[in-house]
Parts: sequence; C-alpha cells; structure tokens
Amino acid sequence: MSPTLVILLVASCVAASCALIGSFLVLRKMALLGDAISHAVLPGIAIAFLLTGHRAALPMVLGAGALGVITVLLVELFNRSRRMREDASIGVVFPALFSLGVILISRYAAQVDLDLDCVLYGEIAYAPWDTLTLGGTDLGPKALWVTGSVLLLNAVLVTALYKELKLSTFDAGLAAALGFSPVLLHYLLMSAVSVTVVGAFESVGAILVVAMLVVPPATAYLLTERLGTMLALAIALGIVSALGGYALARVLDASIAGAMATVAGLLFVAALLFSPGHGLLARLLILRRMGARLSGQLLLLHLQKGGEGLPADLLERRFGWSHSKLERVIARLLRSGWVEREGQGLRLTASGAQVLESTGRIELAHRLPSTG
Amino acid sequence: MELSFTARNVLIGATLLGGLGGMLGSFALLRRQSLLGDALAHAALPGVCIAFLLTGSKSPLPLFTGALAAGLAGALLILATVRWSRIKEDSAIGIILSVFFGIGIVLLTYIQKLPAGNQSGLDKYLFGQAATLVVEDLQVMAVLGAIVLAVVLALFKELKLLTFDSGFAASIGLPVRRLEVLMTLLLVVVVVVGLQTVGVVLIVATLITPAAAARQWTDRLGAMVALSAGIGAAAGVVGSLASATVPRLPTGPVIVVVSSTVLILSLLFAPGRGLLWGLLRERQVASRIRRENLLKDLYRLGESGEGGDGGDGEDSWASWPDLMGVRGQSGGELERSVRRLIAAGLLERRGDSLRLTPAGLEAAGNVVRKHRLWEVYLTRRLDLAVDHVHRDAEAMEHALSDEAVDHLEEILGHPEVDPHGRAIPPRRQLRERRTA
Amino acid sequence: MASTPARDPFVLAEERRVEPAPAGVPPLPAVEVHDLTVAYRTQPVLWDIDLQLPEGKLIAIVGPNGAGKSTLLKAMLGLVPPVTGWVQIFGEPYARRRSWVGYVPQRESVDWDFPTSALDVVTMGVYGRVGWFRRPGRHHREAALACLDKVGMRDFAHRQISQLSGGQQQRVFLARALAQEARLYLMDEPFAGVDATTERAILTLLKDLRSHGRTVVAVHHDLQTVAEYFDHVVLLNMRLVAAGPVATTFTPENLQRTYGGRLTALTQATEALLQKRSVEGPPNPGQEPPWS
Repeated sequence: MSPTLVILLVASCVAASCALIGSFLVLRKMALLGDAISHAVLPGIAIAFLLTGHRAALPMVLGAGALGVITVLLVELFNRSRRMREDASIGVVFPALFSLGVILISRYAAQVDLDLDCVLYGEIAYAPWDTLTLGGTDLGPKALWVTGSVLLLNAVLVTALYKELKLSTFDAGLAAALGFSPVLLHYLLMSAVSVTVVGAFESVGAILVVAMLVVPPATAYLLTERLGTMLALAIALGIVSALGGYALARVLDASIAGAMATVAGLLFVAALLFSPGHGLLARLLILRRMGARLSGQLLLLHLQKGGEGLPADLLERRFGWSHSKLERVIARLLRSGWVEREGQGLRLTASGAQVLESTGRIELAHRLPSTG
Repeated sequence: MELSFTARNVLIGATLLGGLGGMLGSFALLRRQSLLGDALAHAALPGVCIAFLLTGSKSPLPLFTGALAAGLAGALLILATVRWSRIKEDSAIGIILSVFFGIGIVLLTYIQKLPAGNQSGLDKYLFGQAATLVVEDLQVMAVLGAIVLAVVLALFKELKLLTFDSGFAASIGLPVRRLEVLMTLLLVVVVVVGLQTVGVVLIVATLITPAAAARQWTDRLGAMVALSAGIGAAAGVVGSLASATVPRLPTGPVIVVVSSTVLILSLLFAPGRGLLWGLLRERQVASRIRRENLLKDLYRLGESGEGGDGGDGEDSWASWPDLMGVRGQSGGELERSVRRLIAAGLLERRGDSLRLTPAGLEAAGNVVRKHRLWEVYLTRRLDLAVDHVHRDAEAMEHALSDEAVDHLEEILGHPEVDPHGRAIPPRRQLRERRTA
Repeated sequence: MASTPARDPFVLAEERRVEPAPAGVPPLPAVEVHDLTVAYRTQPVLWDIDLQLPEGKLIAIVGPNGAGKSTLLKAMLGLVPPVTGWVQIFGEPYARRRSWVGYVPQRESVDWDFPTSALDVVTMGVYGRVGWFRRPGRHHREAALACLDKVGMRDFAHRQISQLSGGQQQRVFLARALAQEARLYLMDEPFAGVDATTERAILTLLKDLRSHGRTVVAVHHDLQTVAEYFDHVVLLNMRLVAAGPVATTFTPENLQRTYGGRLTALTQATEALLQKRSVEGPPNPGQEPPWS
C-alpha cells in the first residue's frame, strides 16, 4: 500500500468513526462534553504509558476509556450537587484532569518517548511506517488497525442500538418509560467517545478530535431532518474533510490535522449559508418575501383606516420607507389586485379587504384558554 | 527564597492573571458563559499567527491585538450562528473552538516552515510557557488588567443588574446590548492576557474554578468577586512558586490543580452550602429525634406503670434492656442520647436504670402532646383510621413547632384524649422548656 | 444627626405629582397606543393595536398563549421596536417618562440562584435615581427597606433570594417596582405561581396603589379572577379584541372572539361572578393585609 493511501484510509476511518458518534453528541447538546473528554483522557493515556512503559494501543485505550467515564461521572457529580451548573462543571473538570495528565507526563515521561506535542496534535504522516508486528509478521500500519477497529466498534454500537439511541436522544422520558435506561445509554455513548478519541490520537491528536466529532455532524444537521440521512451525510462530510484536508496540507506544507479541521469548517460555513432548508441565504429570501408581504399588509391596513388618497411622501414618512420601496409595494399590491387606483390615490378592493381580514390572527380553532 | 528573574516574572504574571481571571470569571460563571472562555482561547490562536504574518514582529502588543481580534470574531460568530441557524449553543462553541484552532495550527505549522518563522515564539501561546514571560509582557498585562479592574469597579452595580435581570435593566434605560459587548470584550482581554501563562486549554479553569469555589462561601456578589480574585491570585502564587522550585513542573497545570483543590474543599466544607455541612446538619437532626424519642418512651413506660417517669417509688426506674427493646436501637446510640439528656438535666441514671427528672417529664410531655394532638387532627379533620395515624405522628412530633401545636390545639377545641384514649398532657403544666 | 423618617413609597416625589386636569379637558390617559404593529422577523406579533388606558385603574391584559401580551408590555417599555405606530406614556414617549414607570418582569425570566439578597434586589429599583458610577447611598437603602416592609418582607431583607419561596420572590419583585416610585406600573403575570396568601397580599397592594392614584397594567393569566381583581380589561389576540371596563367588556362574546372554541364552564362562572358583584358590590376594601 502506498503511504499516501494509508494516510488517507486512516484519516477517513477517524473521520467516519467521529462523525458517527459525534452526531449523537450534537443532537443531545453534549458537544462540549465531547470536547471535555478529548482533553481529559490525557492523564489516562499518561498513566497507561507509565505503567506499561511503551505506547501500546490496548492499555492506552483502556486508560483513556476509564478517564472518559470518570470525566462524565465527575461532571455529573458536580452538577448533581446543585452547587454548580452543567457548563461550569465541565469547565472545571476537564482542565483539572488535563493538568494532572500534563504534570504526570512532564515529570515522569518527558525523557521517554511520549512527546506532548505529538499526543496533542498527532502525526498522521508517520502512520504508514509505524507498523504492527504480531508474532513476527508485519500486519501493516498500526494506525490503520486501530482506527479501523474503532470505526467497526462504533458502527456496531450505532447499528445495534439504533432505535434506542434515537428514542433516548429525542425523548428521554419515553425511552425510560419503555425500559431503555437512558443513563446506561449515556455512559455507553461517552465510553464510545473516549475510545474514539484515543483511537484518533495518533492521527489527529487530542485537540483536533473535537473538530471531527462536532463539525461534520453539525453540517449534516443543517442539511437534513432525518437521523439516518444525517449520519450518512456526516460520515461523507467527514471523509471529504479528511481527504480535502490532506490535499490542503500538502499544498501549504502544514499540519494535516489542522487542515482537516479547516476544511470541515469551510464545509460548515458553506452549509450555513447555502443550505436549502436551513441556510442563511434561504432564510434571507424567506424573510424578504415575508417582509414584502408584511409591508403590503401594512399599506392595506393604512388604506383601510382612512389613508386613501394621501400623498406619497406622507406614506413614506409614516412607515419609514424609501420612495422606491413605496413604489415597489404599491406595484405589488396593484398586481395582486388588492388595491386599485382612484384619482390621485389608491383604494382597497374587495379581495384586498379580505386579505386584510385574515391578517394578524392565530389559529384558534382547537385551542383552550390558559387558566394559569 | 531567592527567585530567579524569570521566576519572579512568572510569579507576577501568574498572580495578575489569577486575580483578573477570578474577577471576570465570576461574571462568566453567573452568565452561564463558562465555556465561552474556552472557545475564545482556542479562537485566539489564528489571530496571533496572522498578526505575526502581517507585522513580522513577535512583541506582545501586535500579538495581543491579533488574539483579541480573533477572539472577538469568534465570539461574534458563535452568537450569529446560534441566532441565525438551528445550531445550538454548545455545538456552535465547539465548532468555533475547533475550527479556529485548526486554522491556527495550520498557520502555525506554515509559519514554522518559513525562513523567518522561528515559531518557538508563537506556540508558547498554546501551552503557556510561563517561563517565557518577559517584562514587556508583564507591562501589557498590568495595563490591561488595570483597565479591566477599573471598568468592573466603576460599573459594578450596572453589571450586577445586567447579569441578574437584563429585562429590568433595559427598562430603566441601561444600554444592555452595549454592556454585553463590553463584558465579552473584557472576557476576551483576560483570556488573551492569560494565554501565555497557562495556555489555551487551561484558561477556562483560571476563570471558572476560583469563581465556583468563591460561590460556595458567600451569597453576595461583591464578596464573591473579591474572593474569587483572591483564590485565583493565591493559586497563581502557589503554582508559580511550586514550578520554580520543583523541576519539570509546568506552571499552568499546577495553578489549575491548586484552584481545583480549593474548589473541592469549598464544595465539601463551606458553611451553609458545603456538602459536609449538610451531612452534619442531618446528623444533628437525627440525634435530636433520637433523644426526643427516648424521652417519649420513658414517659409512656411511666404511663403504663413500668417506670421511668420520675415518680418516687422504686418502680419508677426503667431498665436499660426495656428501653432498648422499645425501638430496637443500638446500645451505642442509646448511650449517646442518654448522656446528652443527663447533661441537660432531663434524665437521671442509677446503674443500669433510668428515669425522667421533673424537667425531663415536662419535656417528654411536650413531645407526647404534639404526637397525640396530631393524631387527633388526623382522625378528626382528615378522617383517617385510628390505626393509621401513629406512624405519621411519630414523624410529625419532631417537626411541629410549639406555636404550631398551640394553634392546632385551639383549632381542635382543646381535646383531652387522643384517638387511642390516652390523655393529652395539657399545656398548662408545661413551662418554657425545650429538649436538649 | 437625626435620621430622616423612612420614606413612604406611596407618596410621590415632587416632580411626579398628579395635577388635577383643568375643567373641561379630558384627562391624559396613562398609556396610549396608536396603530401599533410589532413583528418578530417579519412575522406579526401584534397587529394594529389602538388603545387608551385610563389613569388610576387596575387593568388586566388577557389572551391566549402567543397573543402578544408580554410583547405589548415590552412595546410600552420601549423594549421592542414597532414596525409602525407608537406608544405614549402620559403623553410622551417612554424614553422621556422612564422615571414614571415601574416594571415587574415575569418571575421566571431571572435566575434566582444569583448571589444577592432580597434587599439588594429591591435596591436595584433605585438604580435609575442613583445614576452611573455611583453607589446607592443610605437613604436609598432605607427607601428599599420601606418597600420591603410594604410587601411584608422586611424580615427577609438579608435573605439570599434562592431561599425564598415563589410567592416571596414575587413580592420582592413587586417591592423593587415600588422602589421605582412610579405613577404607572407594568406587571407581567404578577399572580402566576404564587400561594393563596401571597395572592391576597398582592391584590391588597394593588388596591392600595390604586387608592393612591396609581395605574397598574398587568398581564394576567387567570380568567377566573379578572372580574374580581381588575377594573378594566384588555382582550388581546394579536389584534385588539376589546378593551374597556370589566363589566361591559369581559363578556362571553368577547371571550369567545379572543379565545375561540367553547368556553362554557368558564363563561358561566364569569357570568355568575359578574352577577354576584352587581348584587353584593365589590369585595370589602378594608381588609387587613394577611401578612401583618
């Protein structure tokens, strides 16, 4: 396998596994808990490294997984004590754990192979040459095995628990009532996040995992209403970010991980602006259309209340419109047949009166009054 | 202790940052913007890099400005994203945080490869290599810090009102939007000031941890802000001294560990809010209940002629095994209750037997009165069955105040017996006595 | 130095005294709303409201959820900009009448775990008079204490607000509005979620205000009590359905137009209440406040 292919495969595996798990984080409004975990697993990795003496995958995964669960437990503990809010709990727990990790590594591991920078940024470029040997046979790049396994794990988790995850994400109460323990699911999810984070360390490092966890799913969230589609889109977008990021990094001769985050961000911005359903452009167009309609209705109202025949500049001043805007509004009303010209001014037509009648009412057919 | 020049700089810088961070962090905590600081810190990185690329200088002022601009841009983008799309706030923060940071890393590594780009000057902003603080940096920090302090002091009551009730603030004419922008600006300034000392990841702890700790000790905003600044500064001092004396101990993480420890201790031990305090209170209540129950048991034993009620004869004494048998409590618990009651003059002891003193009789009667009146209330007013009321009364007798019970007695028309036919000790006999 | 006697918050400061209108001139309405349309992102929330609220009355604003009741209050306070139309308070825009208006926001709009005492919250009501950069002085704090006293919360002055019950918190909010020493009070659901004793206490306070010539405009959530508590009612459903004295305006037909649907039980109860009131007269105004 060519080195480039290995790198691309590893990056894609990372992106896909992050996108899969991250989608649920985004939907459950726990994006920042994912951020916290990605920082807080550091001491777990450090401890595993110190205990085993080398950067073996399995102990590090276990150490990180344990720390991930500990992080969530601690955040819950702080939150539950009712002395602190949830965002404060997160903001207190992960720096403390991260600091412990940094202290451990600086004091006891600095002279050995665990480079702080590397843990935090990863170095995917070395992936093709860091191979796994088992019983004398070279099985290929270790990173590929690790990230591939993580992807498999996440895929199995999400597939097996799809409907439980879906239900508990959108209606935790109902899920509990039906017997699925939302708490168990929550901790399972967080453990998966921890494992994913560790699996991604080698490639993109701790800090940029968050980008892969949050940005492609958020982008997908802007593009669709359905969970299944969102997952698929998130994976696709993640892979595109990975591939595009690699290309960008090659061009600029810069950090691959950073480039991946950058591309993911660009895709997000694109969706933010241009998404047909939820994008800013679409919203602006809707707003303009509705704004035009509102202006028309206001003018109709004004005419009805006795403003017929008034000179144009009075109207402009009253509504604060420019001359051209007034012209446009009048033209639109004339086109729709809601006003007609009468002498110097305008007059409401019958259909215009009808339109006005239905303005400014909420649907009340089946509402009950609020009685406090 | 002799401090090297560097160590002295670190000490000053860390203390400054700690105090400022604690002060601003109080407001961030109360406005639920704890993690915004985290996002702003990560967002500052590309600003630093771009400033370097544009000016070619590594002196603090242009770099600070770049960081500030990028931080503000990040804050605005978060706001805009939440306001104008369906993305929720936590995701928006996570996106800005990671994407800006990613861009920053790209720029950083790009700068590394440039001939002029000795980037070791720039990446200290990531980890806080406090040892690289120079006097110039401290001067900038001090000036910015003084400005922040002045603003907070001058506008304290306005910021307090704004944080508590922005609707009311707007109604009395406070320019709410502008003040909120000001607060965000102050936050960005403090974040940028702290980047060099503790690094991107840990900034949020210098803001929130001291504030959360201070919150446990006081219910007044002014005291909280001051205490939070104090805790932050103290953590800065300890952290910098520790890292100066112990080899290979980075400053930032130690500061965070110190303030986190203070937080945990505060959560456990702070009077009023502390968890330990709550536990203590519960235990106090539990032992008071045990003592009242003991008094009551003796009274009842006396009624049924089994002694303990302070009469004159030999059989007025109740035996220890009898008492233990009433409720099945442990010997140790009984011993503790007995000792407290003897010390309060409500109980007498002779070897293995106990009896109430006259004062004890009154106190016991008070508890019994509450119990029986409550039973009357439950049966007469709430129509509960006679055999269902005892349990409830067992709980309520400890909770009702004397005034409440007097009132209850009046409402019920001064009954003389309880639903089981036992006499209710009348109030007349009892003077102002309280159980120990 | 002799201490100044505690200020009675019901006695208006000089500059806001109510002058009787000269004969033949119609009295200035407390609130006048003209052609008001408010939109949120081009969706109308209030449509074409024309309203005149008389001074010295207790006025309720009622309507279904989403009818724009709170928005109407906020438009009066100048907190939301109208698309068209205007609002005047005693003949001037709100910005010029700020010191004449007191505001009680919804209780849930605030985080009650904030580190501050009841007295502190009430003192915020005088911030408008203290001005920028200055600290509230002793006389300000005493004025705030007097207001706490008026709502029966003087003993709780230094209590942390998170330790107060819902009813007590509502009273603190009211005391803060009293501290503003206003001629007009705008209240957003002052009776929501309070216990019966507090409800009676608030009502007594409102009637006290009215007897001192003040005006109260309150968004009210409970149709059952409108006729009993208030003199005037504004029925709102994005548009103005009706406004006027309770006896003539709070009718089944108007309620129907406001709420749609069937209101049989409610209508009957309201009719019964209106009848009762016309036979027995208004409830006894001389009741002692229940907290004293």
